[in-house]
Amino acid sequence: MLRGKQTWWFENRPVIIGTGTVVGPDEGAGPLAADFDLVHAELDLNQKSWEKAERLLLEQASDFAIKNAGIRRDQVQFYVGGDLLNQLISNSFTARELGLPYIGVFGACSTSMLSLALAAHLVDSGMAEYAMAGTCSHNCTAEKQFRYPTEYGSQKPPTAQYTVTGAGAAVVAKSGIGPVITCATIGKIVDLGISDPFNMGAAMAPAAVDTIQTHLNDTGRMPADYDMIVTGDLASVGHRIAVDLFARDGVPIQDTVFSDCGLMIYDIERQKVQAGGSGCACSAVVTYGHLMKRLRNGELKRILVVATGALLSPLSYQQGETIPCIAHAVAIERGDA
Amino acid sequence: MQFVWAFVVGGGICVLGQLMFDVLRLTPAHTMSTLVVLGAIADALGWYEPLIEFAGAGATVPITSFGNALVHGALTELQNTGPIGVITGMFKVTSAGISAAIIFSFLAALVVRPKG
Amino acid sequence: MRQVATNTAGRGKFKPLSMSSKEYKTFAKQREPARSVFANCVRAFVTGGLICVLGQAIQNGYMSWLKLSATQAANPTVATLIFISVLLTCLGVYDRLAQWAGAGSAVPVTGFANSMCSAALEHRAEGLVLGVGGNMFKLAGSVIVYGTVAAFVIGLIHVIFGIRGH
Repeated sequence: MLRGKQTWWFENRPVIIGTGTVVGPDEGAGPLAADFDLVHAELDLNQKSWEKAERLLLEQASDFAIKNAGIRRDQVQFYVGGDLLNQLISNSFTARELGLPYIGVFGACSTSMLSLALAAHLVDSGMAEYAMAGTCSHNCTAEKQFRYPTEYGSQKPPTAQYTVTGAGAAVVAKSGIGPVITCATIGKIVDLGISDPFNMGAAMAPAAVDTIQTHLNDTGRMPADYDMIVTGDLASVGHRIAVDLFARDGVPIQDTVFSDCGLMIYDIERQKVQAGGSGCACSAVVTYGHLMKRLRNGELKRILVVATGALLSPLSYQQGETIPCIAHAVAIERGDA
Repeated sequence: MQFVWAFVVGGGICVLGQLMFDVLRLTPAHTMSTLVVLGAIADALGWYEPLIEFAGAGATVPITSFGNALVHGALTELQNTGPIGVITGMFKVTSAGISAAIIFSFLAALVVRPKG
Repeated sequence: MRQVATNTAGRGKFKPLSMSSKEYKTFAKQREPARSVFANCVRAFVTGGLICVLGQAIQNGYMSWLKLSATQAANPTVATLIFISVLLTCLGVYDRLAQWAGAGSAVPVTGFANSMCSAALEHRAEGLVLGVGGNMFKLAGSVIVYGTVAAFVIGLIHVIFGIRGH
């Protein structure tokens, strides 16, 4: 049911019964490597193009999710997914392989929580017994589409972010063993005039803050009610801005652990990733791999994952437009709460 | 000595490009296009040829020399064959560079895959 | 599990983000990590300078080996530098060099060749005609267009004002 302005309260408490995460070599060299189902050693996964590699990541992550959920593929009623590529081709072709009714969504890097919220909604409302949410991204397909050819010698500024090569999928069910999705806040577009695609953290921070504040207002909760509030990919620049924006608005974010997936997935000091990770897969693999593990083993009891997306296109940037951003939040609790 | 000036002038033009990147916040495409136009204007003012005499490769290697070569070709042909020479002469000097870049890039694309 | 308040009328009424775009851009700029402009310029200077020194050495080599004049040696020199750049691009090394050198690797003609070669390699997946052929000038196109237009305007000015050519 609706809670407040923009929040869905899931009375029937849908359960995440299985997740799958697959990543590339750079993520495998990062601090969370052990939490992923599969780490590829080759960036191209031995495929003929970067796009085919990205598709394969998502196919494998979906297979892992279904296997870990302990169900058959044909038991999933709906697959909700999206990615960064034009016309969501990675998801269309994966959905073709899955052979499931498919809902394609575009949220850029916020797709993980957008699709998870929708999957939870389908299950909670009785429209599905099992629904799967998935997303993927690849460093090279993102560079090719949004920025420059991968071998081009351009110097990235310190505010730039590094698109995660990976895919994450989660199967949501009416009942079962696993972390529970209690509510989700759907964000609205926030655009405060940043137009530099090499500074997405600054562009997205206001959207994250807006969604988190709306979520807290809608649910009547405070940051202290969560063990962790984690944004998708604000990275070092955006994270710092978000902390200061919260301070300015009097939100006691310091009462919880406030972190960011883009800062968790890489070792910022050692790996050449400028400000940190980004991409649809960033929040997906960190949430479905690392955070799910910590929920299952009891280290975390209630978290809020706020995936952030920058909804620009290469054309909109060339035409001088600013970057409209969005953030979607999903609250996940440990199963026996 | 020739090498010293090649180093200093070539490095200097690159510093100009770096300032365009970092201070003016121009994209590489904007920066290179600006430098080419500056090279063209410099030749029109008669400054680029002396610079080449002085710095050798320090002036012929940076992308500014492409602008210089286009103007040089156009104006040489203007002198030889009249106004139509402005259009016919432009690529005479630069065709080696462009042709080489096209041919080598094409051949590379036949056998090499990007490494990411 | 501690109880959480589930009503909306209670605590936690945070006002919506109320910054203007202008205010926010200043706010964000203050929190942006500074670019190390001086260090970048030093690296660009050194790399650009070295590439030009290499060019000079190659030119001198052609002049003494093939007995060419400086003007005649210019074309093979440029072609050689372009070949080296294409080779480094294919080895996957040029982009790493560029992150360190910045304009030092982008401004010399080697940067021009890298822009064309990298585009050709990247778009091979879309085929030789539409992919490689259609995208090769993606980045280099602006340079050629602006150089040509500038040279044309300059030529036109010479014609209109009756200035003699070279």
